[in-house]
Amino acid sequence: MSTSTGKSASWTLTDGVIELELHRAPCNEIGSVMLEDLEGFVAFLEGAREDADAVIMHSSLSAGFSAGADLRELYSGMQGLTREEREAGVRKFLERIHAVLNALDASPLTTIAAVHGVTFGGGWELALASDLIVADRTARFCFPELRLGLIPGFGGIPRLKRDLGNAVVRDLLLTGRSINATRAHTVGLVSQVVAEGQALAVARTTAAQIRKFDRETRLTAKKFLKPIPYAELRQEIELFCQLLARPAVEESLRKFVESTETMPYLP
Amino acid sequence: MQKESELIMRTLDQTIEEILTLAAAHFKVPRAELAPDDDFFKKLKIDSLQALELLTRIENHFSVELPDYEMQGVSDFRTLAERIQARL
Repeated sequence: MSTSTGKSASWTLTDGVIELELHRAPCNEIGSVMLEDLEGFVAFLEGAREDADAVIMHSSLSAGFSAGADLRELYSGMQGLTREEREAGVRKFLERIHAVLNALDASPLTTIAAVHGVTFGGGWELALASDLIVADRTARFCFPELRLGLIPGFGGIPRLKRDLGNAVVRDLLLTGRSINATRAHTVGLVSQVVAEGQALAVARTTAAQIRKFDRETRLTAKKFLKPIPYAELRQEIELFCQLLARPAVEESLRKFVESTETMPYLP
Repeated sequence: MQKESELIMRTLDQTIEEILTLAAAHFKVPRAELAPDDDFFKKLKIDSLQALELLTRIENHFSVELPDYEMQGVSDFRTLAERIQARL
């Protein structure tokens, strides 16, 4: 067994299955700390590709898989900078997270996201980079970026478009609504809906099934079935940066960060 | 999706009662402490993410889907039940 522990994520390789556990309270917000750990994980993944067949990503936090980008870090990082400096900083972060998610998306290993609870924004984008999503009944999916005057920036739109019908994508992106696991399963986004607390166990059973079959065949099928929309992913970064430059976005971020309201997540 | 023969016809009062029971169970408070006109954010001391947890349980229980923007401005169990009732 091979194990590595980071500040926000840890991973193990046991019997051909790599498990990535996210554990940064309160809800695995993706900021610089999580990004660094994910980059370390991707490097490990590259080195372990001959020793493993499957990857399972999951969260050990009760709140959920991930609430997405660390908006508090984003807002504080923008303070005192010129518009150009802000864009440069955000663009650099986006390019790094895209590199991580693209590597997961293209991994020769079969990847499974075992999700529960809050699976929002960048957290949903992390799950979307996997081949299969197993969701327990508490899982809820949302791109709340619309509420801040933004679009998803970690590759969510091209990957949603890849996986879902355009009408469903429009509903999600133009209303900013969340959907539950049952609905996500109905539209084909989620592979299996399971009882509360059982996503990881079912993901492990699924990984065991995957391991039975020829590696080369699996990889060939995956590459054929799952093109990575590199051009659209780059375009999404550009659009995100354009929107972020608007003063209204900083104001929305400020309100979110300073909010004591009970309903910042309800549209 | 439920078959027509399986549809359960509920009155609003029944829907309210079921929601109160779900909320009590999920947030581990005695059912007797909750009333239909209570502000669930204040009574249960929850935030919007926890309200979405309750919404998920309600959707699963009633086999309906309620876009969460329909919860905008809704803070009491009775009004929430009315929103759900409109989807049954």
